[in-house]
Order: sequence, then C-alpha cells, then structure tokens
Amino acid sequence: MSTDRLEVRKTYKLYLGGKFPRSESGRTYPVTDARGRFVANAAWASRKDARDAVVAARAAVAGWSGATAYNRGQVLYRVAEVMEGRAAQFADEVAAGEGLSAARARASVDAAIDRWVWYAGWTDKLSAVLGGTNPVAGPYFDFSIPEPSGVVAVLAPQRSSLLGLVSVLAPVLATGNTAVVVTSHDRPLPAVTLGEVLATSDVPGGVANLLTGDAAEIGPWLAEHADVDGIDLTGAPTRLAMELERSAAGTLKRVLRGTAEEPDWSADPGLSRMTPFLETKTVWHPIGL
Amino acid sequence: MTSLFEYAPALESRSIVDIRPSYGLFVDGEFTEGGGTPLKTVDPATEEVLSEVATGTDADVDRAVKAARRAFTRTWGPMRPADRGKYLYRIARLLQERAREFAVLESLDNGKPIRESRDVDLPLAAAHFFYHAGWADKLDHVGLGSSPRPRGVAGQVIPWNFPMLMLAWKVAPALATGNTVVLKPAETTPLTALLFAEVCQQADLPPGVVNIVTGAGDTGRAVVEHPDVDKVAFTGSTEVGRSIARAVAGTRKSVTLELGGKAANIVFDDAPVDQAVEGIVRGIFFNQGHVCCAGSRLLVQESVHDEVVASLQRRIGTLRVGDPLDKNTDIGAINSAAQLARITELTGIGETEGATCWQPDGVLPDRGFWFKPTVFTDVSPAMRIARDEVFGPVLSVLTFRTPDEAVAKANNTTYGLSAGIWSEKGSRILSIASRLRAGVVWANTFNEFDPTSPFGGYKQSGYGREGGRHGLTAYLKGASE
Repeated sequence: MSTDRLEVRKTYKLYLGGKFPRSESGRTYPVTDARGRFVANAAWASRKDARDAVVAARAAVAGWSGATAYNRGQVLYRVAEVMEGRAAQFADEVAAGEGLSAARARASVDAAIDRWVWYAGWTDKLSAVLGGTNPVAGPYFDFSIPEPSGVVAVLAPQRSSLLGLVSVLAPVLATGNTAVVVTSHDRPLPAVTLGEVLATSDVPGGVANLLTGDAAEIGPWLAEHADVDGIDLTGAPTRLAMELERSAAGTLKRVLRGTAEEPDWSADPGLSRMTPFLETKTVWHPIGL
Repeated sequence: MTSLFEYAPALESRSIVDIRPSYGLFVDGEFTEGGGTPLKTVDPATEEVLSEVATGTDADVDRAVKAARRAFTRTWGPMRPADRGKYLYRIARLLQERAREFAVLESLDNGKPIRESRDVDLPLAAAHFFYHAGWADKLDHVGLGSSPRPRGVAGQVIPWNFPMLMLAWKVAPALATGNTVVLKPAETTPLTALLFAEVCQQADLPPGVVNIVTGAGDTGRAVVEHPDVDKVAFTGSTEVGRSIARAVAGTRKSVTLELGGKAANIVFDDAPVDQAVEGIVRGIFFNQGHVCCAGSRLLVQESVHDEVVASLQRRIGTLRVGDPLDKNTDIGAINSAAQLARITELTGIGETEGATCWQPDGVLPDRGFWFKPTVFTDVSPAMRIARDEVFGPVLSVLTFRTPDEAVAKANNTTYGLSAGIWSEKGSRILSIASRLRAGVVWANTFNEFDPTSPFGGYKQSGYGREGGRHGLTAYLKGASE
C-alpha cells in the first residue's frame, strides 16, 4: 500500500432544494482557517440563489408541516444519527475554522449532535406544551394548537460554526417550518457538511437550504421577501440587524432579534427559539345534540 | 328593514350616563390638562358633539410614561402578586356593577347597538379582568419557567370598534403580569376609557398604574416611540401596524400587533342553510362590520350558492338599522364620517369592477352616519372588495367547487386573522380548519370571543395573541431573556 496517495478534495457548494448547486453567479470566496491559511473555496451565494432557496423552501412547506409530528421527529433524529457518523469530519472543520483544540472541537460537535437530538424530540410534544383546550364560557369546544409560520430565513451565527448553526436551524425545522439559512461567512465548512448530512437523512429537499455567503448581501433580500414568513437575525451585526428588522416590517415577518454578543450556545435554550416561529390557531365548534 | 318602525322603539335611557362637557388626560391617578388641541367626540348616530376631550402632546405622553415607570418601580412592581390580583377583581366587579352605564356610553360614542354593547362588549370586558385577576399570583405556571418578570411599562394603542373591550384585552393582562400601562384610546371613541379611569380611582388602584392619554395618531406614535416604553401592544390597521414594527426595529421593545383581516366564511353544500345564514349575518353585520375578524368573504359551494344567497337576502331584509340605543336595533351607526367615506368608496369600486350590489329596501335616518347592509355577488378574487378590508357591513360572495379550491381561495389573502367553516361533516371541518392559515377558526359558529381563548393573526394580520395563557407571555420575560 502506498501512503503517498493524492487526496480527493471536496468542492464546497450550496445546499438548495435538496441538491448541491454552485452559486448561479459563479462566484466563490476563499475560506481560511483560524490562522489565516487557505482551506477551501466556498460558493458565494447570490441574491438569485436566495430567491431560488425561498422558492424551494416554500414548495417544501406543505409536505413538511403536513407530516405527522412523529415522522418529523424520526427524520430529525436520523439527522443526528448521520451527524454522529460524520463527527470526525465536523470536528476537523470546527477545529480549523474556530481555532479550537481537537478535544474542544469534538466536544462542540458532540454538543451540536445532542442539541439536534433534543430538538428532534420536541416535534410531538409542542402541541401538548403550547396548545390546549380553552374553557370558554359557552357551549363550545375550543382548542388552540401551535402551527409553523412557514418559511423562515435564518442568519446563522458567525462564530459558532456548527453548535451555533444547529442551535438556530434545528428549532426552525422541529416546529415544522422550512428554512433558508445564510451560514457563517468566515466559517462555512461545517454548514456545507451539514447539508450533506441533511441530504442523506430523509429530510425532504427544500426543507433546509444552506447558503454560504454574506449575510449583509443576502439578508436584505430575505428580510424583504414577501414569501418569507419569519427571520432569525442572530448572525447579523447590530446595525444590519436593525435595518433588516425594519425591512421585515414591510410584510410583518416574525422576527427573532439577535443579541449584541453571540449567545452562549451551551446554555439550555428552552422554548425561546421555537415559539417565535409558531403561530397559535384557535378553533371553536359548538357543543350540542 | 322595509318598515323601519314596524316595532315600537324600545329605547334604552341615556339618563344613566353623565357626560362631562370636557375631559382631561388621566395621568398618575388624576385628570389633568392636555397640551394639544382638544378633540370633539360625536355621537355617530346624530352627529351631536358629546364632549371635548384633551389630546396628549409628546410632553403629556412623557409625563404619563414617567408616572407609569414610577408606579412600576415603587408600587405595582413590588406589590404582592395576590394583591395585584385583588385590584383586578375589584375592577372586574366595578365594571359589572356599572355595566349598563358603560354600555350606554359605548353605544353613544361608538354607534354600536345597545344589544351588543350590553350583551357582548361589557360582559366580555368584565370577564377579561376577572380571568386575568386570577392569573396574577400564578405566573409560575404560564410556561416561561419560575418567576417570570414583567416587562415594565406597556404602551398600548387601541381602536374604535370595541373601545372598552379592547381596553380590557390590553389592560387586564398587562396589570396581571405586573406591568404598568399608558393607554391611548381611539380618537373617535375616548369616552368609555375615561370612564374606566374613574373605575380605577374607585378601585383605589395606585396612581400611575393605568394612565390614559387621549388623542389622535400623533399621540399614539408618541406612546409607541417613547424610549422608556418596554412593551408595545397595538390593535388597528395593518398599515399602522407596519409603521410600528418599523419604529421599534433595533430597540429592546417587544411588540404584539393585532391588525386587519379579510376572513373567509366557507359554506359547504352539506351545511344547514338556516344556521349558516345566521352565522353569515353575525359574521359580517355584527358591530356594523367594524370587526377585524369579520367574515367579509363568503365562500359558498357553487351548488348551494343561489339557495344561500336568497335565504341570506331574506334574512337581511329583517335586520333593523337605526338608533343604537333602541334595543331592537341590529345594525347601528357607522363610527365616523371618515369610515363611512371609505365604505362608500370601496363599495363604489365594487360596482365599477363589475360585481352585483344588493341592498335591502328601506330608509336610513336623516342625520348621522349610516350604511345599509350590503351583499356583493359575482365577485371575483381579484376585485378590491374581495381583497381589501372594508371594515363595514359589506359582504362579498365568491364560489368554489371543491374543498381544495375553498382552501386555496380562503388563503389567497395577505391577511390571516380568522375564518369560518359551515359543514355537518366533522372530518371535513377538522381537515379544512387545519389547512386554513388563520389564527381563529370558527366552525359552525362565528365571532365568538372569550378571555380564555387566544385571539390573533397569521401573516399580515399581525403577531402575538391576546387572551388565554398565550396572551400573558407577551407581557412577561422568561429566565432566558
């Protein structure tokens, strides 16, 4: 066996509509590791890619939100299974991008997988926790249930390239929404790998779309887009976030604001990242013979 | 309506209300002068000026917010939750005791029939306070973890269609969760809010907990944009809702918006026609159609279209339009000249666009603002009367053939507040209900409300819920926030 085998390098592409296209713009940008060494060229998503991603995400809403909660839970759990098998690759990418030791990178990947499992388990509990029957003062059966808002644009955190990404994407998917994610600009490689995981985990195409590129460039189009129902501004710097919130008001999108500092992703998120993209539907029906 | 006075009038006496010639702002527990030009509030049924009401300037709003902040920091915030609850119980009881007075005043200032203000608005307003009173010392169970904290000062802007009820929807949950309030009532309907200020005094509510600053849009904007307001709650038009969402961008303020609607009321061919017709009437003519969740788009299955429309027209012919204080009245006055102009304009456009307009015979009173109950048939989905919120007694009738078409047409709107379904088939009702993108779905009923039942919209009908456990969360901060 020869040990000087020439490695096969990966082309890092977008994950859009269940496929791996390059950017329609033909653009790429160099990705470096934490020490500034070249690692790869990533696809540089354009406005049109974002628009295509919204079309794909919209098309996937009916199937994903209409699937049973049990089915969504199993599909999302499957994602965690496949992530586990790719843990070493994730750890290498996280270590390189975030400048972590191998052990700390692996711990971060483990936390990301565990978080994904945690959210997978939520799909069939949300209705019981967030919904219920309402004891109205009249002869009516009246109940409220949570339903997904629809298509959610997610500006993923810039620093935490996998745990942070999972922490913002999984709640959107667990609640039955579909997602268009703009990944960390400088640390996009774990997101590309996560796209490969999603593509091989029974997640229907279009449910999650991952665009590597620049939130400042694509974000405004997503914030304005009339077919986007909600937007998570976590990955946008303060000033950009304010502008995006303002343009999101044009179509009254549900907005999850970011914080000045990136959140501590190891903290228990509770329901705080799921409820912003859930609607409450209340149904009344008379009771009588 | 053919014979307007076919019954002897049964007038509710207005002697129970004592309307002062002028009112100030209610700030820090007292009525005070306002810096703006006073506005005149009129009885829309007679155009008689009822009173002159102060308008709040930026400085007045600032005074009110400061009073609310003081009360939040010193009295209401630190108060034992059970005691906050007791104050709310007091208010609920006072509203019940003075319900008739409030109802008459509401009908005078708003134009709605006394039957509705007496049987719907006031009982529900009292119920909202009673319901939320009980929550005050149970907030650990709201679902935000233990010891959720109030947000602080709530700036609340309410519309003119249910003045007292919207006040209750806003004030009760805010106070129950430990917030203090600066409330801006609608320009055309300030009087019941000012009477509520008296109720606050009678209840010995600590000064500054509730502040009421009357005025028009500028005053509302000052409340929403005040930097020391922590939480904004608005009910009104989608257009203003957008400007509020824009104004709070980049701030720490949390917002709930309850905005416009263009609800589909879907009648399947197996629906009992008489019941459906009652529901259609209640859906669109309740409160003169000044209802954000009004069933303004009737979607009828094609095979029963003629039967439903004929029966509907027959029923509308029996509705009595007239004096809001007459207990026989079904449809009262349009709230303002401006709203009447908008309804008139949109119905004119409906005719221009080719829809068929039907109104019952009969005469309307000489003075005041009135509009006959109106039904448009031959409406196509692209027409303005099928898309725009008319906010008046105007129904657009469209047809469908299959359940899929009904759902597609019902959801073909930027709004998503409410919807109705009429069918005898349970499995169909549940299936359609789950596919409608609307926050409230009434099946075989319409326009029912209850403090325990969350209310609010999907899409551009706004976000956040009012009522129930859900409504409380907007006024609280959980551990992670």
